Amino acid sequence: MSTEILMPALSPTMTEGNLSKWLIKKGDTVKAGDLIAEIETDKATMEVEAVDEGVVLDLLFKEGEANIPVNKAIAIIGDPNEKIEVKKEAPVEKVIEEKKIEKNIETKIENKKDDIIDTPSPKIEEDTNLSSVEITMRQALRDTMAEEMRKDNKVFILGEEVAEYQGAYKVTQGLLQEFGKERVLDTPISEHGFTGLAVGTAFKGLRPILEFMTFNFSMQAIDQIINSAAKTLYMSGGQINCPIVFRGPNGAAAQVAAQHSQDFSSWYSQVPGLKVITPSTPYNAKGLLRSAISDPNPVIFLENEILYGLKGPVNNDVNFSIPIGKANIEKEGKDLTIVTYSIMLQKSKEAALRLKEEYNLDIEIIDLQTLRPLDTETILNSVKKTNRLITVEESWPFGSVGSEIANIVQRNVFDYLDSPVIKVNSADVPMPYSLSLEKLYLPQVEDIINAAKKVSYIK
Amino acid sequence: MKKLQKADYIKMYSYMLKIRRFEERAAQLYGMGKIGGFCHLYIGQEAVVVGILMTIDKNDSVVTTYRDHGHMIARGLDPKRIMAELTGREDGYSAGKGGSMHMFSKENNFYGGHGIVGAQVPIGTGIAFTHKYNGEKNICRTYIGDGAMNNGQVFEAFNLAALWKLPVLYIIENNKYGMGTSVDRAAAGLDLYKRGEAFGIPGEKVDGMNVFSVIEAADKAGKYVREGNGPYIIEVQTYRYRGHSMSDPAKYRTKEELDNYKQTDPIEIVKAEILKKKIATNDEIEKINKDTLEEIKNAAEFATNSPFPKDSELYTDVYL
Repeated sequence: MSTEILMPALSPTMTEGNLSKWLIKKGDTVKAGDLIAEIETDKATMEVEAVDEGVVLDLLFKEGEANIPVNKAIAIIGDPNEKIEVKKEAPVEKVIEEKKIEKNIETKIENKKDDIIDTPSPKIEEDTNLSSVEITMRQALRDTMAEEMRKDNKVFILGEEVAEYQGAYKVTQGLLQEFGKERVLDTPISEHGFTGLAVGTAFKGLRPILEFMTFNFSMQAIDQIINSAAKTLYMSGGQINCPIVFRGPNGAAAQVAAQHSQDFSSWYSQVPGLKVITPSTPYNAKGLLRSAISDPNPVIFLENEILYGLKGPVNNDVNFSIPIGKANIEKEGKDLTIVTYSIMLQKSKEAALRLKEEYNLDIEIIDLQTLRPLDTETILNSVKKTNRLITVEESWPFGSVGSEIANIVQRNVFDYLDSPVIKVNSADVPMPYSLSLEKLYLPQVEDIINAAKKVSYIK
Repeated sequence: MKKLQKADYIKMYSYMLKIRRFEERAAQLYGMGKIGGFCHLYIGQEAVVVGILMTIDKNDSVVTTYRDHGHMIARGLDPKRIMAELTGREDGYSAGKGGSMHMFSKENNFYGGHGIVGAQVPIGTGIAFTHKYNGEKNICRTYIGDGAMNNGQVFEAFNLAALWKLPVLYIIENNKYGMGTSVDRAAAGLDLYKRGEAFGIPGEKVDGMNVFSVIEAADKAGKYVREGNGPYIIEVQTYRYRGHSMSDPAKYRTKEELDNYKQTDPIEIVKAEILKKKIATNDEIEKINKDTLEEIKNAAEFATNSPFPKDSELYTDVYL
């Protein structure tokens, strides 16, 4: 009997892989544990071992073929005397061409598949410098760091696996090669120590970019971020500033459970002295990261792992930046305002499309881009126009960014509101592991639609 | 080690005395309610910072703990403005926003004054990183209390400093107590200077009541670090005469212990040496004493007359 060897999922967020190299050929006998192929994932190139035993009857993909979905048969092994039972399938088509989010974002849950779509915001389309080529968020971040490092020798990057490994999520790919080990530094796993060290370099005039492998690990260093980086300008009567960018993925990835899936946006936004940025597209990631690196203050730059693979156009001008503290009206509308940021922008856009189709509601979407300082003016103007507001974010509900926005709105434009403000947040529990519970935990398009119906008094 | 000149002896004596008189006056102002919050005095430890001072370059950096008044004076900073910070006035080094524990002077390469035990150690290591990154020959002196020597980030910093050969001189001021807990009740293994051994960081123990011993050790260590060999640890055995802070009655130690240390008072040691070597006469010493007292009295007066910060200052210096 023959057995299919399937494209394995080699990381929590991997949905497809590239076949870098076959280590076996047709006719070879393989035993369990033998290396059979090298697969390039969204994070790294890895060797794959055989689980079953037999003779290699067929290799279904050639070396170099890309974007092979997880669980797709890539080879067949079995008894050479038996007839091959599995039909050879046509190779999968190359990279997605439509303006659709990268496959990365699709998850193993079938009905979640089309949750996230990407339509360009009107503002971006107006940009005359827009690149014709779409790049991923990961590339946009990388390119911006490289551009700023070329401009200013004082900019350097440090973090775990940022240099030789090329970044745990490949965001720092190629930087070591271009800038050398004096400016791209692998640190030991000592967040508290290297964060304090980086803060010291910033006090002394360098401009470090510190990558946390994920923001979950920033908890190890929280004292240095809050007590040293955020407060020293104030405590020194304005003498010592701290031009540092703390960046890395924040929030839920895919099934990495409670200690590795946490959204810190509201935590950091609470702290005077910090600026907090949450990019949602390759376009604004580029503009905002440039502003963050040039800023003389400590900046918390919260990326999202699932968005690293999101593709979109960017502005290739090496001086293009988006100001900190300015929200983007992603979509104009008149019936109701959704205020959101980071990955929830994508879900909000999907919800807006369905609300238009199903209930003829014209939704205005505000992508905050920066959480601190908050662009209250844009929010208030929108609410004055639409008279209804929901906030959508991945953070826990208690004291979330939405909580503060609800407060600001009721305080300033109470008379304009036609309904109470509703917040859509993650569940008020630690992140569960199970796929089904994880979906339940995170805000979904359906939750946004329900909230929108509620503030619009639609049964 | 370079030979000490006559002027060096006078300098040491003056600085140590100035620190003591400053701290005594600060205690008085605290008692009068002119200084608030936490206030940690350096009395008894003067030989440590003054000994190190004799071996450094103006462009070297320094970062220390919250017991920082003496460090600032030794750095040549103005006692008036230090005292004005203690009284929370606008002429203070941090414009009244930092207080006793959080004082800085960027132009003098004095990077605080840190209120969190141990936090200054990675920061000082980062400042040393910057000297190296910029190709400067300077070093960063990073002071550590004995209490911080059981704090994890200190060892993370040691590892990084050794790994990257950073020009940082770690000075452990072992004054025998981390607040009310004696070193032997807090540290497993009493030789704190050996705690860099596993990282390949050389260390040395020094009598911190004797400024000449401190100078000798600091000179050797400073050279080692400046020549690009990486970090070095000096553990200075010292003693604070007062409690941990103003609110500490120091009941965890005996009067005999304190009196015993006072027998080896660091200022008296220098004074005796000056008289023995006939560097100055008793009258000349008396003049220094009088001038110092006067200077500190003036500082206290300045600090209590300086205006409180304007209300509008509440919202400044949050962002640059």
